Amino acid sequence: MTIFPLRIRDLRYRPNGREVLAGIDLELGDEGITLVLGPNGAGKSVLLRAICGLVQPSSGSMAWGAEQGARPEHGVMMVFQRPMMLRASVLHNAALGLKPFDLSGRERARRAMAMLERIGLADRAGDSARLLSGGEQQRLALARAWLTRPRLLLLDEPTASLDPSASAAVERIIREIRTDGTRILMVTHNLGQATRLGDDIVFMSGGRVCEHTAVQPFFARPRSEEARLFIQGELPWRMRL
Amino acid sequence: MSAFAATFSEAISLLATFDHTVAEIVALSLQVSGGAVVLGTLIGLPLGACIAVGRFPGKNALSVLINGMMGLPSVVVGVVVYLVLSRSGPFGGFGLLYTPLAMIIAQTLLVVPLMAAITRQVVEDVWQRYAEELQLMRFSWWDSVTTLLYDCRHSLVVAVLAGLGRAMSEVGAVMIVGGNIDRATRVMTTAIALETSKGDLALAIALGMVLIVIILALNAVAFVLRQWAMRRYG
Repeated sequence: MTIFPLRIRDLRYRPNGREVLAGIDLELGDEGITLVLGPNGAGKSVLLRAICGLVQPSSGSMAWGAEQGARPEHGVMMVFQRPMMLRASVLHNAALGLKPFDLSGRERARRAMAMLERIGLADRAGDSARLLSGGEQQRLALARAWLTRPRLLLLDEPTASLDPSASAAVERIIREIRTDGTRILMVTHNLGQATRLGDDIVFMSGGRVCEHTAVQPFFARPRSEEARLFIQGELPWRMRL
Repeated sequence: MSAFAATFSEAISLLATFDHTVAEIVALSLQVSGGAVVLGTLIGLPLGACIAVGRFPGKNALSVLINGMMGLPSVVVGVVVYLVLSRSGPFGGFGLLYTPLAMIIAQTLLVVPLMAAITRQVVEDVWQRYAEELQLMRFSWWDSVTTLLYDCRHSLVVAVLAGLGRAMSEVGAVMIVGGNIDRATRVMTTAIALETSKGDLALAIALGMVLIVIILALNAVAFVLRQWAMRRYG
């Protein structure tokens, strides 16, 4: 059963009376990479958290699949900007996502090892995951999520504070995950990355979706004033709040 | 030579000649306290982690209770275990009173709250950071507990050492439920108390030195292991 389209209607989130999501309307089809752009405090990360169920919205609806049902039990994963790394080997960390699945330890390790080979970390399998570089840890986190075969993968600034070569390695893996059939929704502040990776852009400001459009038109002819100013690096602070 | 120096000299000669009485008492002490720490680890660590990870009514009250029980007077535990194991008690039929097993039970009751309280604190701090990702990976409550215990294993050495320190230095409970019977239930702390009251300070000091050396040695080993693990796993 497919979990797409995902239709989000008038989604609001108001912790302690502060409006973080101010009525999000968004529809996601079943393939591609959607980049979420916007200034700090726009509600991008909170939107991702709401989609995967880590945040309980104050109101609004999220309907999944052709039957427009509730969030599926499996199939939605998220990789954070600073992913969790257990004090254990790279292999152990990679296999961690498979723990809830009904697989033997040997099978989990076999699949994890195959995945490490795919992302170029097989030679580090026995090393401590905490001693990997930031870029390697992010690749490992992507591998851990990918192993669970998610239908929707949410990425919260996975290349923030990585150098260009580490970012490029992460981007390669994201493309592979997409080619493998996983729908990706990714928050980024990197406009270059948005043009390289994205199929479409969701631009957010002030807890709202200002526009949702394909990448090229977004950068060539942004429809909203906020987006135009953001692309030019001139979005005034008052509009960010 | 002063009496103080003479007593120390005699104590050292007892140790140097590997006195049979000392060896027997030390061996039983290690057996009893070691048994209590093993049981305490099996009960206290998962208990602490369950409290840290669980969401249930009365969680805060239970945390306060466990913290409070860290300072449980050992004589009180001794009396309770004595009542439970005495002939007229609910488990009197097992005939455990005045046996090493009774001493292990008493010491286990003393170390479990201590180990559970330290574990709860350590695991709760890590749980704050890991909760969202484990939740997204659909980890069951028990999977989260075992994963966190594994991840915190190097820090939890402190909990085990604290339990060991409490068990080995404890005298009140083992005196009451063990009876300090020669060659049967006499451990280092009860022997020190007895020999001091009899005026045999050399044996008491010799046992005291062994006790301190054992605790220091275990702490040193744990420290080295933790340092190694931090370098190895970050």
